[in-house]
Amino acid sequence: MKSITSVVAFFFGSLGLALAAGTTPCFAQTDIHFHTVTGPMEAHIGGLAGHSSDGKTLYRRFCVGCHGASGDGNGENAIWFDPTLGFAKPRDFTLGVFKCRSTPTGALPTDEDLFDAVTRGFVTTNMPEWRSLTNQERANLVAFVKTFSTRWQTDKAGTPIAIPPEPPAKIESILHGRELFQKMECWKCHGSEGRGDGPSAATLTDSKGNPIRPYDFTTGERFKCGVSNHDLYRIFMTGLDGTPMPSFADNIKPEEAWDLVHFLRTLQVSIKTPELGTFRQWVSAHPGQLKPIGQEAPPGK
Amino acid sequence: MGERARHSAKKSISWLALSLLGFFLFAMILADSRSASAKPLPGGNFRAIPAFARKYGLPCSACHTAWPELNNFGQVFRDNGYQLMNDRDSPIWQNPTYWPMTLRMTPNWHRERTNHQPVDGAPPNGSVVEQHGFDLSGFDLWTAGTLYKNISFSLLPSSDSTGAFHFENAFVRFDNLLKSRWLNVKFGKFELDNLVSEKRFLFLSANGGLYQTYHFAPVGDANDFGLGDNQIGLELMGHSINSYTRYSVSVLSSNSGNVGLPSNRTYDGYVTFSQAFQVGRLGLQRLGGYAYVGRRPTFSQTFTTAPIPGTGIGNKSFYRVGFAGDLYTLQGKWEFLPFFLHGYDSVFLGIGCGLTAPCSPPVTLPAGAKAPTWNGGFIETHYYYSPQLVLTGRYEILRMSRQAFPTPTMPANQGDIDAYTAGYRWYPIMFSRAGLAWHNEFSLVKTAGAIPLSGNGVGLSPLAPLTALCSATRCPGVWSQTLFFGFDFDF
Ligand code: HEC
Ligand code: HEC
Repeated sequence: MKSITSVVAFFFGSLGLALAAGTTPCFAQTDIHFHTVTGPMEAHIGGLAGHSSDGKTLYRRFCVGCHGASGDGNGENAIWFDPTLGFAKPRDFTLGVFKCRSTPTGALPTDEDLFDAVTRGFVTTNMPEWRSLTNQERANLVAFVKTFSTRWQTDKAGTPIAIPPEPPAKIESILHGRELFQKMECWKCHGSEGRGDGPSAATLTDSKGNPIRPYDFTTGERFKCGVSNHDLYRIFMTGLDGTPMPSFADNIKPEEAWDLVHFLRTLQVSIKTPELGTFRQWVSAHPGQLKPIGQEAPPGK
Repeated sequence: MGERARHSAKKSISWLALSLLGFFLFAMILADSRSASAKPLPGGNFRAIPAFARKYGLPCSACHTAWPELNNFGQVFRDNGYQLMNDRDSPIWQNPTYWPMTLRMTPNWHRERTNHQPVDGAPPNGSVVEQHGFDLSGFDLWTAGTLYKNISFSLLPSSDSTGAFHFENAFVRFDNLLKSRWLNVKFGKFELDNLVSEKRFLFLSANGGLYQTYHFAPVGDANDFGLGDNQIGLELMGHSINSYTRYSVSVLSSNSGNVGLPSNRTYDGYVTFSQAFQVGRLGLQRLGGYAYVGRRPTFSQTFTTAPIPGTGIGNKSFYRVGFAGDLYTLQGKWEFLPFFLHGYDSVFLGIGCGLTAPCSPPVTLPAGAKAPTWNGGFIETHYYYSPQLVLTGRYEILRMSRQAFPTPTMPANQGDIDAYTAGYRWYPIMFSRAGLAWHNEFSLVKTAGAIPLSGNGVGLSPLAPLTALCSATRCPGVWSQTLFFGFDFDF
């Protein structure tokens, strides 16, 4: 009997201590003080309601190492991400500024936007895709992310921009898109072939002063803010806030924007898009007809 | 328990001393609250890889419910070939000084008690032997990661506590063939794609640190296969984008994972399938099934003299089939792992024909000999109090349903096992560089008429022949128990 007593005594004795230590605020890492600035928040994604109270433990488990206990993007790992090598710093949630939005530039994203960003992650950065968490978990996380900025109390989320139906990617559309690429000076940053090597590319910084590179279309890598043509449309019509990548909503008409989408697809040479096929066919049938994109090209064509 | 208590040895550490020791260790941890975290393994069996945490800047808790056990995020990462799929997984994106290396060990204190031991002056059915003291676990030196985008590897030299090494795993994996997640090919020595992993589980003690069903063979059986043993071969596996659906098909050398083609030249097969579902606020629920079919030789090309390695013939078949689950409640805080296995070995293996005791052909079966079959299973539970504290428990049961020999040669219950384990792991810190866990476990196993699978830790084998203790129909249980605590560290 003595032996059983000793086992039980040891077991529960040390467990009690662990529990006590684990719940004592002064102890080790459990003292992570989340610095949230709003009251409890909710997120609504379709029929799903996320709650910040449930998101907190998830944030502590999955996110705090990068985004930090006060959501300012200064988690323990943040210093190791080197923007000069293309690894973005974790988002600072205290600013309430987000890259991937369906809403106009300057506006807060919708809950769905944040949900989608968390789900798909940020390719080419350390922000993983969190698809493997359940929908409920991701909804709770979105609600918790919102507790770091009072913007979520003072501002309303923007209204998603209207996107007209996509016309077929005919050659006329592609060629018109090419003109827009020239005219809107996308090439200044993205380069005449979309390699991310335009004349301004080397000096760009984001709103936090970190170096940032324009997207290189030729890699065929996914976009940070999605993969579909609709996502691509939204990217340049809403802009990636906090980066030099602007919104062109004031300069490009909604219908014309699809032409630009179709042209951008021809720049993704390593994934051989259908648009690229159409474009190449036309180019070989009309040798010498296209002016090169860039500074030297006369405006318009 | 009653039986064990009756034979309790005079010398047992008093509860007071033990509690004091526990208190002392806690005081030490409390005094130095900043440290690292990782996973250790007794006998080299448990894995978690802070090297990945360092590569990606993720905390242990991102991939592990409680390391080394994987959560679904970790499972997806593993299924992707240790890749986040962020187009930056290839080592060409890493700082050249990054070295994907992980160390794990567990200095510990443990106490082993086994009854029916043939000590001097013991009564005819033996008495209790108890050993205890400070000790070391085995040691893992694990390197794994990517060689290039979509080409992964793992190499795990693992030692026992004396430093004698073997290769626990060593493979290359070609990921996302034809750009499809459904086609990944692994080549080398690897863990079988068991839904409930014994390599990444939360138990370390001699008696609790293994699934009995994963290593069981009927008494006197010549089959050396264990579902928990890493095997050498080729695996094709696939998974959906979030790994809710998973399958694997493997072809394996029938040498039980041993190198140098020591016994056989046939091939075994293993298939697994599982499907997970989101169930509202309960969390993720996964159910799956598996089947392993193999053959083992009953003699080799020489059955009169020493066997020639690798020439096993007279192959006889065996199989293991069953299902498993990974069920969560309370929004993922409480996990249940049910597991069931049905085992069958050919009668020739059952009566003990194998390379160590070859049966010269043609073998005449003893009267009444039958192919042994059994059913085993467990229900394991984890309660995640926080990412830093997990409580664990398991009940495992194994019952022979048909013995190779009829009674009284072999009592009906000979080989039956009941195993109980309870414990907890506390991770005083949970960062992204390394890991430390304070591991506590108490395990108790009753094995009827056989030597406990734990090999009983540090002790002697129970009375031999054990059958001397069996009646014509029943064998008494040998109780073996471990009390274990240690610092499990992983860097
Ligand atoms: C390993 C580091 C890391 C972890 C862990 C991490 N993130 Fe991020 N996260 C980042 C980085 C880096 C960015 C910025 C990427 C960029 O700007 O290109 C980011 C960006 C974001 C954004 C900004 C979306 C937008 O449109 O601007 C959100 C929201 C976000 N993360 C949520 C989360 C949540 C929720 C978790 C936990 C489930 C999490 N992150 C875990 C690194 C991380
Ligand atoms: C002032 C420089 C600049 C100009 C002009 C510019 N971009 Fe960008 N663009 C960037 C930068 C920088 C990024 C990278 C943002 C990031 O990684 O967070 C980017 C990213 C992108 C992306 C990828 C976004 C993602 O989700 O990964 C697309 C698509 C894009 N730009 C299209 C355009 C188009 C079309 C135009 C012209 C209409 C344009 N850009 C003009 C700087 C610019």
